[in-house]
Amino acid sequence: MRLREEGALLSEGAKREIEALRARYPVAQSAVLPALLRVQEELGWVPPEAMAEVGRLLDLPVEVVAEVASFYSLIFTEPVGRHVVQLCTNVSCLLSGAEAVRERVERELGVRAGQTTPDRRVTLLAVECLAACDQAPCMLVNERRYGPLTPEAAARLVKELD
Amino acid sequence: MPQPVLLRHVREPDQADLHAYERRGGYAALRRALRELSPEQVTDLVDRAQLRGRGGAGFPTARKWRFVPKDAPVKYLVVNADEGEPGTFKDRTLLEGDPHLLVEGIALAAYANDVRTAYVYMRREFYQARRQLERAIAQAYERGYLGQGILGTEFSLDVYVHPGAGSYIAGEETALLESLEGKRAMPRLKPPYFPAVMGLYSKPTVLNNVETLCCVPWIVREGPEWWLEQGPPQLYSVSGHVNSPQVVEAPLGTTARELIERAGGIRGGRQVKAFYPGGTSSRPLSARHLDVPLRHEELAKLGSMLGSAAVIVMDETTDMVKVIARVCEFYREESCGKCTPCREGTVWVTQILDRILHGRGRPEDLDLLESLARNMTGTCFCPLGESVPPSLRAGLEDFRDEFEAYIRAAREPVQMPVRLHLGAPAPGG
Ligand SMILES: Cc1cc2nc3c(=O)[nH]c(=O)nc-3n(C[C@H](O)[C@H](O)[C@H](O)COP(=O)(O)O)c2cc1C
Ligand code: SF4
Ligand code: FES
Repeated sequence: MRLREEGALLSEGAKREIEALRARYPVAQSAVLPALLRVQEELGWVPPEAMAEVGRLLDLPVEVVAEVASFYSLIFTEPVGRHVVQLCTNVSCLLSGAEAVRERVERELGVRAGQTTPDRRVTLLAVECLAACDQAPCMLVNERRYGPLTPEAAARLVKELD
Repeated sequence: MPQPVLLRHVREPDQADLHAYERRGGYAALRRALRELSPEQVTDLVDRAQLRGRGGAGFPTARKWRFVPKDAPVKYLVVNADEGEPGTFKDRTLLEGDPHLLVEGIALAAYANDVRTAYVYMRREFYQARRQLERAIAQAYERGYLGQGILGTEFSLDVYVHPGAGSYIAGEETALLESLEGKRAMPRLKPPYFPAVMGLYSKPTVLNNVETLCCVPWIVREGPEWWLEQGPPQLYSVSGHVNSPQVVEAPLGTTARELIERAGGIRGGRQVKAFYPGGTSSRPLSARHLDVPLRHEELAKLGSMLGSAAVIVMDETTDMVKVIARVCEFYREESCGKCTPCREGTVWVTQILDRILHGRGRPEDLDLLESLARNMTGTCFCPLGESVPPSLRAGLEDFRDEFEAYIRAAREPVQMPVRLHLGAPAPGG
């Protein structure tokens, strides 16, 4: 019974991958972060039931999983939009106009950094140095990096996301 | 200008491919080491090349390797690919452009230290770098450079890429090991937790930065004398107000003036006001230090450091109060909260800087900042908290007039300095 409920949450493929991750480490807990990220790839975020499932797959109390999850800013413990935009606001980008880019993108989306558009299309995050200061000002749109950006180019990129 | 070494092939479009890497001399060092050299001899070469860690602390690599107890049955190699120090992007450049160089460096370091399992801890945002490295690892397995009985010898090695999830402190070596063990990334107490003796899963662990390990194949292949003759090669990440921000490979000890020139000079033909020589954790220097060789010793004398060799250049129009406030905010955001001086100190410092920036500064604020800098020095549990005072001190000593101008203007609101160069003020600001 419970197995079927679990199946509804995560695909069999994801579960198999999480179990395979375990084998990479002598201690199962090491697989927590990769497992949570795998969940996130599938669901967009990590709901409490998914933490419980990761706990079951790795033989860990759900409290341990939750405590770890809450520490890391890129484990989303609340729902996010279909697209996640990470806009760098650290020094090198700041020196190259990141504030204007941020303002323009916020205006385009109608939300502030840290928020999600009401239609759940985009979550906008202001983040620290992306180690791409040669492309400042820059941002990540999901897994792709863009830069150097003008405010207009950045606005166009987020506008085109479906 | 001599040919670059570490960056020699990063821009070749096919360099990430195993055959191209081999054609350009790749894996010759690993073959040579496995055939002709004992593990100790590999460490000796690294020692004679005087290689120092490129992750920030600048610790001599061979010395670090020799701390690892030889007779320990289980040891690990952990590669720090978390590259989070603001202004630093050289590890990403190596990973994206020449991933096999790192794989070969990992194999050599593992051989030298009798390690059978290596983990590459890579920040989550490195999607492209991760794809490149995972492909290189898979190719290396197929070709027998990794896995069981490498190149027909008894040496075996498994390499795994492990993702971070958005935490700067996870780049600190003991916090990284906590994170790799599936815990919150909080630093461990040293001693007893020196990674070389009590590292991952309490086993002896060699922990090195990406660039550090990328130096090793070259040292083994061409020899330490050759390596030293090349500079030794050092990667400087040059960014900020330069025309072409880029990773510049130059001999260790190159001046900021030369690096700025290599990065296309200052935008708009302006003058330099200041620069961070080693990421935002180093003390920023002013234009009068443009001719200082950027090396560990010289920078230490100035109360600064080479750190990750991230040179962030700021021109004469830069608002230093704003930059320093942003830097301190970064440390507040990334503080892990384990110790009070850092957790609370970063909050106080940023509150004061914020009110100065927003026209509510008080004359006594500068003394307050000074005493906070004092109280955060030598009291923090790890170097993250200690990264705040260098910026504050530079601000109060070298750019004091800018802070005072803000505070003066606070009392005469009409004369608030207008500085457009950094872009419009942040919303809500
Ligand atoms: C707060 C903090 C963050 C750090 N972040 C990194 C990092 O992102 N990458 C890195 O290689 N070293 C980083 N370091 C330095 C590591 O602790 C460690 O010294 C280094 O990885 C050792 O490798 P190396 O000897 O090859 O330089 C950081 C240190 C501190 C204190
Ligand atoms: S100095 Fe800061 S980051 Fe380091 S242990 Fe203390 S609170 Fe954590
Ligand atoms: S400061 Fe934006 S990528 Fe480094």
